[in-house]
Amino acid sequence: MGRVMQGQVVVAGTGAGLALVSREPLSFWGGYDYHTGEIIDRRHPLSGQVAAGRVLAVPFTRGSSTTTAVLLEAVKAGTAPAALLTTGPDTFLALASVVADELYGRPIPVVALSAADFDLLQTGQRLQVTADGQVRLGDVT
Amino acid sequence: MDTATDLPLRLTDRDRAVLMGAAGPAARLALRIICRLAPVYGAAELLDITAAHIDSTVYIGLAGLEFAERLASLGARVVVPTTLNVSGLDEHGWQGWAVPNEWANHAHRQMVAYQSMGTVPTWTCAPYQTEHKPVFGQQIAWGESNAIVFANSVIGARTARYPDLLDICCALTGRVPAAGLHLTEARAGQVLFQLDGVPAAIQRDDTFYAVLGHLLGQVAQDRIPVVTGLVVQPAEDQLKALGAAAASSGTVALFHLVGITPEAPTLDAAMQGHAPEQTVIVTLATLLAARQALTTADGAAVDMVVLGSPHFSLAEFQQLAPLLAGQARHPQVEFLVTSSRAMVYLAEKAGAISALRAFGGRVTVDTCILTSPMLPPHIRTLMTNSAKYAYYAPGLLNTRVTFGSLADCVASAVAGRVVRSEGVWAA
Repeated sequence: MGRVMQGQVVVAGTGAGLALVSREPLSFWGGYDYHTGEIIDRRHPLSGQVAAGRVLAVPFTRGSSTTTAVLLEAVKAGTAPAALLTTGPDTFLALASVVADELYGRPIPVVALSAADFDLLQTGQRLQVTADGQVRLGDVT
Repeated sequence: MDTATDLPLRLTDRDRAVLMGAAGPAARLALRIICRLAPVYGAAELLDITAAHIDSTVYIGLAGLEFAERLASLGARVVVPTTLNVSGLDEHGWQGWAVPNEWANHAHRQMVAYQSMGTVPTWTCAPYQTEHKPVFGQQIAWGESNAIVFANSVIGARTARYPDLLDICCALTGRVPAAGLHLTEARAGQVLFQLDGVPAAIQRDDTFYAVLGHLLGQVAQDRIPVVTGLVVQPAEDQLKALGAAAASSGTVALFHLVGITPEAPTLDAAMQGHAPEQTVIVTLATLLAARQALTTADGAAVDMVVLGSPHFSLAEFQQLAPLLAGQARHPQVEFLVTSSRAMVYLAEKAGAISALRAFGGRVTVDTCILTSPMLPPHIRTLMTNSAKYAYYAPGLLNTRVTFGSLADCVASAVAGRVVRSEGVWAA
């Protein structure tokens, strides 16, 4: 529908894909299988969904700081999300993305949205994330 | 500008020189990563640290190994005394377990890479129980959640929660973002827990600290808990258990125990004069519920008793030995203690290992069951006195867990089924 949200760039990059959205924070350690991109935290609402190539929206990361290492593995394995949307600057996601950029020249775009904008996201929407922190919303498919 | 804020990062001349390569390519890469992260931390400048503890040693996969070997190949050398957390492998004992060969090979390469950087190969998640323990007020960059919370809370050293990959960058440069728990104002208590009618007999019991920690983490999440109403002086290993539990069920990086921990001589000091965001009355009933939540198994089956998360200390070995004397484990129950090379050496000298061997117990060093794929598939149910093992094992190892006291763990290993006395918890 062409709605555009302006977020805060945490790590710049471009990415697009179908949204995978949860209001629950996620730990990637024990929560994300980097071999497949599946969310495997069985207590998480997105459990069983594959986030590879999707625009993954979670408010922030929970728990272990090993989240960064798991997300870096996902970048190398080609199972990382196409972009990450959060409600605030998340240092663990940012670090994984920066190291992916330094090692592989492939940062994952990380953009922080206001809580109000984040609440408008829906799983299945086509989203496009731009390098200046815009999130362009398409229809739910 | 590719960062979260438009505030320019204030760098020193030395920082600028390092970014130009004056300290070599590894330090240059490390400082570039720190500088890109600093605005995300909300830092406008960097500050010096004088020690580091590296959790990046844990083997997760080929990308983490590639990062370590890239740094090593660039000639990386730490510039502050730096201890190493657990690795993915008991370097000289993994063959006795179910670790796949290829995995062992990769994990070992990662150990070699980090050891090549001039670090101290402590291979332990309890570096605060070594001679490298930091001191009050010292600025440090530590990884490993239980070590971070112990350093901040029990010692009064200052570290943020450094994630894997960043901890080593800090060690290679001696610089960290000037933000978060490095700064006094970020260390004020936020959630007040008032113990109400919790008897001293319970407060003296080891399990109380694991249970209280689990509760603090659940409620406080990433905020700073403050506890009042403690009437006993906890032992170091009890504070270790409390912190590890709180850093598992939540992401607690600092707690204050009023009258006990160094930044909490009074409630007002712990809160830095602020009012609590939330106040929680902790009764015996609250604690009993938290204690129950640590058990996910529902029967009497137990395949393995596992102790030592965080790594078992000398004092814990000495506490365990007399409980084992003259007994042997049930043939169907494995009995494992995870610890460090240094602690096992000291415990051996102190005569606290022979009883464990005679009992049929085993010791693993350098790693633990959460970071090394060592358990054979027939191990489905665990028993432990560690809240951290109890919290993570169901998700990471797909095992069910019974939480109990040290004595319960020994009794269960002997009986071949879960034996759990209510002990001090009996109402």
